[in-house]
Amino acid sequence: MTTETRSAPESAAPPPPGQKAPVRPGDRIFSGVALAAALTILVTLAGVALFLFVRGYPGFTADEEEVGASGFIGLVLPLLFGTIWVSALALLFAAPVAIGIALYISHFAPRRVARTFGYVVDLLAAVPSVIFGFWGITVLAPYLVPGFVWLQENLGFIPLFAGPVANSGKVMLTTGLVLGVMILPIMTSVCREVFLQTPRLHEEAALALGATRWEMIRMAVLPYGRSGIISGAMLGLGRALGETLAVTIILSVVPGTITFNLLSSQNPSTIPANIALNFPEATGIGVAVLVATGLVLFVLTFFVNYLARLVAARGFSGAAG
Amino acid sequence: MSPQDEPTSVGTRPDARPESVAAADASGLTPERFGTPGPREPAVEPDRPTGTGIGGRLPTQLSPVLLLVCAAASVGILFAFSAFSFTGAAFLTALTYTVAIFVVGAVVEGRRRAVDRVVTSLVTIAFVLAMAPLLSLLWTAVSQGAARLDPAFFTETMAGVVGEGGGAAHAIVGTLQVTGLAALVSIPVGIMAAIWLVEYGRGPLKTAITFLVDVMTGIPSIVAGLFAFALFATVLGDPGHRSGWAGAIALAVLMTPVVIRSVEEMLKLVPDELREASFALGVPRWRTIAKVVLPTSIGGIVAGITIAIARVIGETAPLLITLGFTVGFNFSMTEGRVSTLPVYAYDQFIRRGLPPEAFVERAWTAALVLILIVMLLNGIGRLIAFMFAPTTNR
Repeated sequence: MTTETRSAPESAAPPPPGQKAPVRPGDRIFSGVALAAALTILVTLAGVALFLFVRGYPGFTADEEEVGASGFIGLVLPLLFGTIWVSALALLFAAPVAIGIALYISHFAPRRVARTFGYVVDLLAAVPSVIFGFWGITVLAPYLVPGFVWLQENLGFIPLFAGPVANSGKVMLTTGLVLGVMILPIMTSVCREVFLQTPRLHEEAALALGATRWEMIRMAVLPYGRSGIISGAMLGLGRALGETLAVTIILSVVPGTITFNLLSSQNPSTIPANIALNFPEATGIGVAVLVATGLVLFVLTFFVNYLARLVAARGFSGAAG
Repeated sequence: MSPQDEPTSVGTRPDARPESVAAADASGLTPERFGTPGPREPAVEPDRPTGTGIGGRLPTQLSPVLLLVCAAASVGILFAFSAFSFTGAAFLTALTYTVAIFVVGAVVEGRRRAVDRVVTSLVTIAFVLAMAPLLSLLWTAVSQGAARLDPAFFTETMAGVVGEGGGAAHAIVGTLQVTGLAALVSIPVGIMAAIWLVEYGRGPLKTAITFLVDVMTGIPSIVAGLFAFALFATVLGDPGHRSGWAGAIALAVLMTPVVIRSVEEMLKLVPDELREASFALGVPRWRTIAKVVLPTSIGGIVAGITIAIARVIGETAPLLITLGFTVGFNFSMTEGRVSTLPVYAYDQFIRRGLPPEAFVERAWTAALVLILIVMLLNGIGRLIAFMFAPTTNR
């Protein structure tokens, strides 16, 4: 193992012209198949946009009596608002905790158990979304209701907590908390990766100057990991935007609502939850409208993921899943 | 331990393996970005900062003792106000401990060290805070799902069942069929695409496809379901189409990028010397890949695929759209609705008949079985990865 080792694609490149290697049919076929597989990705993504557009096009132009709201825009805007609002809440809850866990695993936990702790956090990602929904409605929602009542009584003057509190606990705040738990693993793993990549020399230089561990983290780790933190947060946001069944099960919705109220039972739905709820029974133009909202969601998440990768483009590509 | 008798051992650590540095190199990370592998604990105990404290250091045993004292005090206070609850006690303990460690630390060691201790306490709390929902969820699934975890659940279907009884045999078979089909599609495509990215890809096309794979990992699962529906509805001209293949395509869209990403990571770990040795012997490129590169990284590839399967096997939303649900077996993958375990759980939970308990119990049992399958797959994947791991950087 020498320092002359080159990266794979470079040294595995064909020999320079002049000493041409014989082109074997096996090589042609194999590289052709590999290229085709790689192009499948491109084709699939294009296909997603294309087929959603084809099936959803009648939905965009559907008029009032077909959609039930004031046209497609009137239908999709409250949904879009609900999607972004609940995801923003999830991000708000998850981001500080995720950064804390990532720091704990990368710099605080005893080294021998740190890796195991990382797996344990990843277990959260292994739990299917539908089960988070069951748990949220069965355990978390009833558990939180007394807290909601307290919030409404003491902070009710803030529009967020105006209430009236839904006794079922099927409110925006519960949903945001559950989604926050669900996006913890992805944010934690991205942050952890980038914190672990902090140059050791930066860390040791800080320590040698007499910094405490926290001061070292503030001076070396956090500035170095800033893009990773932002990118992890964006990826988490992307996941939250697309979460479906947890929202369908937990949130009690009234179509067409737009409200910041966190504690009432009258909430806007989200795009994916609305699709999951209505798709099985939808027919004709109803299907087209739902597919059209799906296209809006696709564009939104594509944009968010694109931004996340753009931020992370400092050569760092984390979070395979 | 004083700084003098601890060698500053950057780069000379015994476990600093050169392979991992080469791996970092191969994955396009420059060494200074990648960092040197090794213990993340500070190699040198930081010198005590000058502060305003009385100049001592807290004994290492103090933290656990203080934590116990705070826990006892919290429980006592809550009982005194007859408001005891487990979470209340945990919350109060965390709060009092954080305050106490700051005060004690500030008095004895100075403010800067006290802040350090508070942060240590806070990040530990963050970790515990994340564990609470996980434990609560697992406990709920086990306690609620145990009731129907009987042989009938695995051997019977819902055909003719209106209330109690019944099982999920059809859903379990359906899940295996659909996930198996999805794996059949996405494993070859994923492996070949990863081979292209690592062994052949160059230039802007490689950059573009790497980027698109990243973006594709972030596709919401319901959008994948809508895509599969739209594809089949358009191609077959049947807007009400439901079939196993549609579900499998939806899952494959979600699974392929995960397979690509993990296989790619594994192929990058194969040392170039192996490829060069094979080329030098006159072995064609494709046989080098098939006979040298792939066998070398097979452990990691299998592990990555297992984890990718675990990721999609619990997907509910896309299957709800493409497969729907039914009460009995449907072995045909080309037409008709197919039940799958996650959709079965969702359906039982949402559409409760009489008595509702029977439906909720079945839903939780299905959830429990699903969690067990996913965790088993994850465990197998980790085990394979661990056993075949060429290098471990962290």
